[in-house]
Amino acid sequence: MPESVLNILVVGIGGQGVMTAAEMLARTALSQGYDVKKTEVAGMAQRGGVVSSHVRFGPKVYSPQINPGEADLLIGFEVAESLRWLPYLRLTGVAMVNTLRIAPPVVSVGLYDYPADPIGELAAAGIEVHAFDAGAIAGELGNLKLVNTIMLGAISDHLPFPAEILKANIVEGFRAYKPKLADINAQAFDAGREAGHVKTLSDRPAANA
Amino acid sequence: MNAVVNAQIESRHLLSGNEAVARAAWEAGVRVAAAYPGTPATEILENLALYPDIHSEWSVNEKVAVEVAIGASLAGSRALAAMKHVGMNVASDAFMTQSLAGVVGGLIIVVADDVGLSSSQNEQDSRYWGRFGHMPILEPADSQEAYQMVKRAFALSEEYETPVIVRMTTRVCHVKAMVIIEGDRIERHAAGFQKNPQRWVMTPANAKPRLPVMHERDRKLRELSETIDLNAASTGSDRRIGFVTSGPAFMHLRETFPNAPVLKLGFSHPAPLDKIRDFAAQVDTLVVVEETEPLLETEIRAAGLAVRGKDILPRFGELAPSVLRPAIKPLLGEPYPVPARSQTDIFPRPPTMCASCPHLGPYFALSHIRNLNIIGDIGCYTLGAGHPWNALDTCISMGASLSMAHGMDKGRGESDAKKSIVAVIGDSTFLHMGMQGLLNMIYNRGNITVLLLDNRSVGMTGGQENPGTGQDLHGLPAPRVDFAKLVEALGVRPERIRLVDPYELPTMVKLVREETKMAEPSVNITNRPCSLTDRFEHLKPYTVIDDKCTGCGNCIDLGCPAIFVARRETVTAKNGKSKELVFARIDNNACTGCHMCVETCAPEAIIQPQPQLKDRVIRIQPHA
Repeated sequence: MPESVLNILVVGIGGQGVMTAAEMLARTALSQGYDVKKTEVAGMAQRGGVVSSHVRFGPKVYSPQINPGEADLLIGFEVAESLRWLPYLRLTGVAMVNTLRIAPPVVSVGLYDYPADPIGELAAAGIEVHAFDAGAIAGELGNLKLVNTIMLGAISDHLPFPAEILKANIVEGFRAYKPKLADINAQAFDAGREAGHVKTLSDRPAANA
Repeated sequence: MNAVVNAQIESRHLLSGNEAVARAAWEAGVRVAAAYPGTPATEILENLALYPDIHSEWSVNEKVAVEVAIGASLAGSRALAAMKHVGMNVASDAFMTQSLAGVVGGLIIVVADDVGLSSSQNEQDSRYWGRFGHMPILEPADSQEAYQMVKRAFALSEEYETPVIVRMTTRVCHVKAMVIIEGDRIERHAAGFQKNPQRWVMTPANAKPRLPVMHERDRKLRELSETIDLNAASTGSDRRIGFVTSGPAFMHLRETFPNAPVLKLGFSHPAPLDKIRDFAAQVDTLVVVEETEPLLETEIRAAGLAVRGKDILPRFGELAPSVLRPAIKPLLGEPYPVPARSQTDIFPRPPTMCASCPHLGPYFALSHIRNLNIIGDIGCYTLGAGHPWNALDTCISMGASLSMAHGMDKGRGESDAKKSIVAVIGDSTFLHMGMQGLLNMIYNRGNITVLLLDNRSVGMTGGQENPGTGQDLHGLPAPRVDFAKLVEALGVRPERIRLVDPYELPTMVKLVREETKMAEPSVNITNRPCSLTDRFEHLKPYTVIDDKCTGCGNCIDLGCPAIFVARRETVTAKNGKSKELVFARIDNNACTGCHMCVETCAPEAIIQPQPQLKDRVIRIQPHA
């Protein structure tokens, strides 16, 4: 077991399954003998607001909160949200980003702009970025709700326990409560894992290098 | 899956603070539990409801919940009331005197302070109530401690015959952490109510002799505080600063300064001043880290000790590591690392009403009528103050809409002479504390147009039941209040009570326009359920025919999050002025087919397409 605490920040907007993904990571870490804490900054999140879920695990965890500059991994369910939380990542951090763009009404009516190239900005910050269209993979598999499992598959090779353990926990959960969805989630996990292996390279010099 | 109920003895579980409280109360043999929903405390009762051997209920407000718990305690049962911090204000009339009378069965009040205001109208420190009401306070720092302290609280309550406050914060209630479950339920049989008027009838003559008893109890609790294991100091290798702390701030402190001595107060009131004095003698500087008011700090200073606290730490918000580090490091003469990256400048995502929300219709109407003062209340409809409606002018406390509107009517200034006053309140808030305001307004011959937005749900806290929904906490059928009859009984003339479909926009606009011109109060009750509850029927989504959309933007004004701007175009109108056209599109995944927007569309560009759409996967479009 690693001596330090691993900090994972899962971000997105209300209703995308951010908290469910974080819960799955936390439960799996608990099953592997780690001390675990998970906390949300959700506010009135079910109404389309910003959601960030902090998952911390290690030999002993005190504060549940991840501080700016201390997240090891960032899992972004939406691309502008990933950019919003960039300051929380370590300089050596890894961002796993779904390229989905969801503009809120304040952007849609023209009060604010949606960032033109969020992936480019992330890559330019010098972190390791893996960006892919999880929604397209979910669409091919026939169920948009699979995005959650796809993102977990994508991050699974960056965890201190084997990806197969996280996969087994997810699939067993479905097998117990929604058995019809177990196989498709296993496929989604593998597809996400494969997609997550591809690094997005920046064509710009790293800002913090 | 429910981790709380399934928890086996001596097993490790990932539980929220609220789940841990529920499990512990069940183990402690609690027989009655009551609450009114309120973030971040709501899930305590939702989890207690899973145990069939407990009477658990949604009470209509926090005062009622505490009184229910008091009654159970007097009958000899262990009882629990849970609430958010502002609920304590409502409940205080009951517990301020019960604390004087004392308790029989263990009585605990679990209060959840929303430190950081994630979902509240203020940030208040409930630890004041312990001092004000002479009640001891336990402050868990995480789920494991919540689990252990709730059990301790029941025992303390019975031993000292006092209500005990278990003070949580959002960062305990909603954090999931490892809990080692170590017990099972211990059944306790109620002794039954023992009549004793000198004890339980708080007339002045009976209450007076209780005062010295209560103060003697305070003294004993203060002694206990010095010896109880919940107040423990950890020695640290770096004695330059010693910290006194309580609640989740302890965890942030341990994280930030792992080598500092810390005196952690799990039993934080009455404070162990002798223990604090001994601790202070072992460190160079004593710093109190408490959320949020300087209560311990003031008491420690009054005891003659030199102490730092709110002179260097913020008086509001969470004392997270990112707050502690820059505040404390200068005391040590050490630099602290500046975050490597500055904040990114990303648009906000303010909370908004949901697709098909039945509040959209009333707010569409209110935003289209001039000369209104719109007095609001606590609930989802408070969002009407935001974009695009801008149709809510006040929000203070539960039920305030009706009474404040009445006062604004009676105290109106000359500039308000031509304004009509509207009170907007939801079903649950009306039953919680709004009825009295309506009764008062009618009795005192006020003239307010009331919009009673009945969505058959406590929406903002996640769709809980109330006496207007026809179901109880357990989802079982329950007597359902008839709002029309209720307001008639409160004195509203039957002719002035209207039931209205909030989806019928023209009717809604006409109704508000007419009623606000009347010289007499009216209550207008909407009748569509919250679109996030099972009572809402999802229909096939609508779509915009691009060729037919004229860019008028009327549907956008509805504020439905399923409708977005596809593109904009600036054209020159016949009068030579330039005009911006806004072409709309509907997000098929978000639209639930309520048809409200159809009524805003003169060119009939919004239609319900063919049924096969339902099974197709449609990606949310990148917005232009």
